Amino acid sequence: MKDNYILEMQGITKRYDENTVLEDVNLSVRPGEIHALLGENGAGKSTLMNVLFGMPVIHNTGGFEGQVFLDGEKVDISSPNEAMQKGIGMVHQEFMLLPEFTITENIKLNREITAPNIVSRVFGKNLETLNMPAMASDARKALDAVGMGIDEYIQVAGLPIGYMQFIEIAREIDKTGIKLLVFDEPTAVLTESEADNLIKVMKKIAASGIAIILITHRLDEVIEAADSVTILRDGKLVANCETKDTTTIQLAELMVGRRGESVVSIERRELATDKIALEVRDLHVDMAGEEVKGVDFNVYEGEIFGIGGLAGQGKIGIPNGLMGLYEATGEVSFYGKPIKLGDPKIPLSNGMAMVSEDRKGVGLMLDESIEDNIVFNAMQVKDEYLVKFPLFSLRDSSKIRKQAESMIEELDIRCTGPEQHTGTLSGGNQQKVCIAKALTLQPKFLFVSEPTRGIDIGAKRLVLNTLVRLSREEGITIMMVSSELQELRSIADRIAIVSKGEIVDILPPDAPDVDFGLAMSGIKPDTHREEREEA
Amino acid sequence: MAKKNIRTILRENAVTIMFVVLCIIGLYFSGQSVSFVMYELFGRISRNAFLVLALIIPIIAGMGINFAVTIGAMAAQISALWIVEWGIGGLGGFMLAVLMTLPIAAVFGFLIGKLLNKMKGQEMIGGLILGYFANGLYQLLFLFIFGNIIPLNAPGLVIKGSSGVANTINLASENGIKYALDGMLRMPVKDAVYWAAGIGIAIMLILLALKKADRKKAINSCIALALAAGLITIPAVNELFSLASVPTVTFIVILMLCLFNNALLKTKLGQQFRAVGQNRVVANAAGINVDRTRVIAIMISTVLAGWGQLIFVQNMGSFQTYGAHEQVGLYAGAAILVGGASIKKATNGQALLGTILFHLLFIVAPAAGKNIFGDAAVGEYFRVFISYGVIALALVMHTWRGVKKKKDKQPEMEKA
Repeated sequence: MKDNYILEMQGITKRYDENTVLEDVNLSVRPGEIHALLGENGAGKSTLMNVLFGMPVIHNTGGFEGQVFLDGEKVDISSPNEAMQKGIGMVHQEFMLLPEFTITENIKLNREITAPNIVSRVFGKNLETLNMPAMASDARKALDAVGMGIDEYIQVAGLPIGYMQFIEIAREIDKTGIKLLVFDEPTAVLTESEADNLIKVMKKIAASGIAIILITHRLDEVIEAADSVTILRDGKLVANCETKDTTTIQLAELMVGRRGESVVSIERRELATDKIALEVRDLHVDMAGEEVKGVDFNVYEGEIFGIGGLAGQGKIGIPNGLMGLYEATGEVSFYGKPIKLGDPKIPLSNGMAMVSEDRKGVGLMLDESIEDNIVFNAMQVKDEYLVKFPLFSLRDSSKIRKQAESMIEELDIRCTGPEQHTGTLSGGNQQKVCIAKALTLQPKFLFVSEPTRGIDIGAKRLVLNTLVRLSREEGITIMMVSSELQELRSIADRIAIVSKGEIVDILPPDAPDVDFGLAMSGIKPDTHREEREEA
Repeated sequence: MAKKNIRTILRENAVTIMFVVLCIIGLYFSGQSVSFVMYELFGRISRNAFLVLALIIPIIAGMGINFAVTIGAMAAQISALWIVEWGIGGLGGFMLAVLMTLPIAAVFGFLIGKLLNKMKGQEMIGGLILGYFANGLYQLLFLFIFGNIIPLNAPGLVIKGSSGVANTINLASENGIKYALDGMLRMPVKDAVYWAAGIGIAIMLILLALKKADRKKAINSCIALALAAGLITIPAVNELFSLASVPTVTFIVILMLCLFNNALLKTKLGQQFRAVGQNRVVANAAGINVDRTRVIAIMISTVLAGWGQLIFVQNMGSFQTYGAHEQVGLYAGAAILVGGASIKKATNGQALLGTILFHLLFIVAPAAGKNIFGDAAVGEYFRVFISYGVIALALVMHTWRGVKKKKDKQPEMEKA
C-alpha cells in the first residue's frame, strides 16, 4: 500500500537527552488530501515537522529514530534546503516576507528569473540582470492559483495580514515540483473571513494534487478542511482517523485527555461569590505574541482564579497587562477602586503582587542574594526594611535577614543561607524566592504566572500547595495563569480559557475534558451541547 | 497610504534641511565669492564623491555605514607608495595603483566581512574599531617593515638618518600621479555642461528610439538637460563658475560608479543584498547564503573605497602617510547621511547631494567662523563637531523612527 502515500513517517522517536518528545509516531499523507496534525502545545507537532524538514536542531541533538518515505522511497533529509528540493514546502506562521519588496520580488525571492549580460558572462550567474516582467508573470500565475486578484507590483509593506499569508502560499506554489505543503497554524493570525478564504484556497490546492499537512489546534477547522487527522498528545500518537468518521467532540477529548495523576489533590470548596476583589472590563494588552483583545471577568475575594489556554493565545498577557508591565487599556477596579494601567507601581502599592513567568528576566536579580531579592519590591514600593535618616535611608539588615529566614523556612527554600545568590539556585527554589518576594509585599491579591514552568515535580507540588495554603489560610486572592491544564484543574476554583486573546468560557475545574478541549480551540462548549448529548 | 504631510517630510529630511540652512548662513557670513566657493566645491566633489558612493552597497545590505572604508584607503596608500617607489607616474602609474589596490583591498574586505559576520547588528561600531586596529598594523608596516625589512630606494620616501616611510608622500614630482585623472580633458564648466547636455539628450533619444526608456521620464530629462545648457549660456550664471573647471574624466568615473551601483542592484546579487538588508532570517529561509552576501558587499565597498582614496590622493598631489586614511570613514559616512540617507537606505542621489552639502559647509565654515567669532579655528572646530554631530543625530533618528513607526501601526491594527 506504500504507493498510495506521498509521505510516510514511521516509528519516529526523538529524544533530547533524557527527555522523549516524540515516541513511535506514524504519519501518512496521501496525495491531494488535507491532513490535519492536531495537538496541544508541546504535543510534538513542531518536532515532527522539524524531523520532516531536516532542521539543524534535530541533527545537532543526535538525530531521530524511525523512517521517512517520500513517494514510497526512503529518504534521508538532512537540511531544510534538501527538503525544499524534494518538493516539501512550508507556509510559516511568522511570515517570511520582506516588507520593502514587491509581491513579485517576494514570491520569486532567490528564485529570480535572470537574463545574462556582458558582466555575468565573465563573473557568473549571480550578476545576471533580473527579468522583472517574466518574474511578474510567474507571480501572476501563482497569485491567480490562490485566487488573489491583487496587483503583483504592489509593495508588501502595509498589506493586510491575510494577504501576506496568501503571498506566502503563492510563493510555495510557484516552486516547481512541489508535492507537499505544510501549513503551520495558518489561521492563528487571520480574521474569520480570511480564515474561511484560506481554507477554500487550501482545498483548491489539494484538488490540484498537492498534499497538505495542516498543523493546528482548532477543531472546527479540522472538521471543515481536513480529510484525515493525526492527533498527538505528549509526544505520542493518540489517533489517526478519517475526518468523516469523527466529530469535534471526539477530537476535543482525544486532544486534551486525562493525563496521569494530578500533582496535588485538594478538596473542593464552596466558592463565596459575594465580594468582588478584581473587576476587569474590556482589557486589551499589547504584549508581543501574547496579545489580549478585550477580556471581561471578575475575581471573587479569596478564590483561586485560573487562566488556561494554549501558548500565544494571550493568557500570559492578562497578568502582565494588569500589573502594568506591558501597555494595556481597559477598566480595572480593585475592591471598587479604579486602577490606572501602565504603571507597575500603582497595582503594587494597592496590594497586588505578581510572580512573573519570566523568572530569570523579570522575577529575580540573579547576581543578588536571596534576602535582597526577597525584600527588593517591599523596599522600593512600600519603603519597608529601611532605617530612615533625615536625608537618606539605609537598608535595615537585621530586619531583612529576619524576613528572609522566615520565608526560607516557610517556603522550604533549599539554599546555603539567605546570602546565597539566586542565580545558583535550582529552578524550583528560584520560583520559591519569587513567591517569597511577592509575599513580602503582604499582598491582598497575587498574580501567579506559569508558576511550575521548568521545575521538577517535587517543587511543583510544594509551589502548588503553597498557593492553596495562601488562599485558604491567609485569604489571599490568587489569579493563576498556567499552560498545564491539569494543574489548574487541581487547585483553581474557576478556570477561564483564553483563545485568540479573548476568554472563551469560564469553567468549573470538574467540567469534562471535552469542554476544555473545545474551549481551547476557541469553541464555546455550550454550542456543542446538543451534539454531545446525541453522541 | 495617506499623503505625506509637510511635517513628515520635514522630519524625514531634517538633517538635509538643517545642512542647507547651515550652508546658506555660512555662505552669507563667509563673505566668499560664489565663484571661489564653486571652484573649491568642484575640486572637492571630484575627490570625495567616489568614496561616499562606495558606502551605498553595505548600507543596502543592512550593514550600516561601512566605517571600515578606512582600511580600503590603507590598501590604496600601500599601492600609492609602491608606484612612487617604482617611479611610475602619470595615468599609467595611476592605473597600476588601481590594479594593485584591487587584490589588496579585496583581501582586506574579505577579512573585514568575515569579522563583521561574527558581530551582526554591531557592524558600524565593529568597522570603526577595526579601522583603529588596522591603523596599528598599517603603522607597523610603514614604520618598520617598509624601509627596513623591505628596502625602499626612491628619493624622499624614507627619512634620511631614520627608519620607516616619510611623513608625507609626494605624488607631485615629475613622474608622480598628481592629476593623472583630474588633468585629463579638463574644461570650463560651460563646455562641460554643453557636452553633458548634448550626450545626455542623444542617449535619451537613442533609448527612446529603442523603446527602452519610459517616454515621460526621457522627455523630462531631455528638457532638464536643455535647460541646464540654456542656463549656463547666460553670462551672469556662467560668471559664478568662472574659476571652476571640470575634471571631466573624474566626473565620468563617478558617473560610472553611480551606474554600476544601479546596475548591480538590478542583478540577482543586488536582489540578495536588498533581501539580506531587510531581513536576514527571511533571506536565509529563502536559501540565500547570508554570510557570503554580506562578505561580498563589504569586499565591493572596500575595493571601491580604495579606488576612491586613489582619486583623492591624485587630486591632492601628496598625502600624509600616517594620517590620510584616518578620517575617511567618518567624513564619507557623515556626507552620505547629510544627503538624506539613513543607515538602512541610501541612493546615489543622496550620496552626491550629501557630498555637495557637506563639503560646501567645509569650504565656508572657516571663513564664516573667522567673520563671526574672529577666529578661523572656531569654524574649523565647528565643522569637525558637525560631522560627529550628524552621525550621532542620524543614529538617534533611526532609533526614534523605529519607535514612531511601531506607535503609528498601533491604531491601524486595532481598526483591522
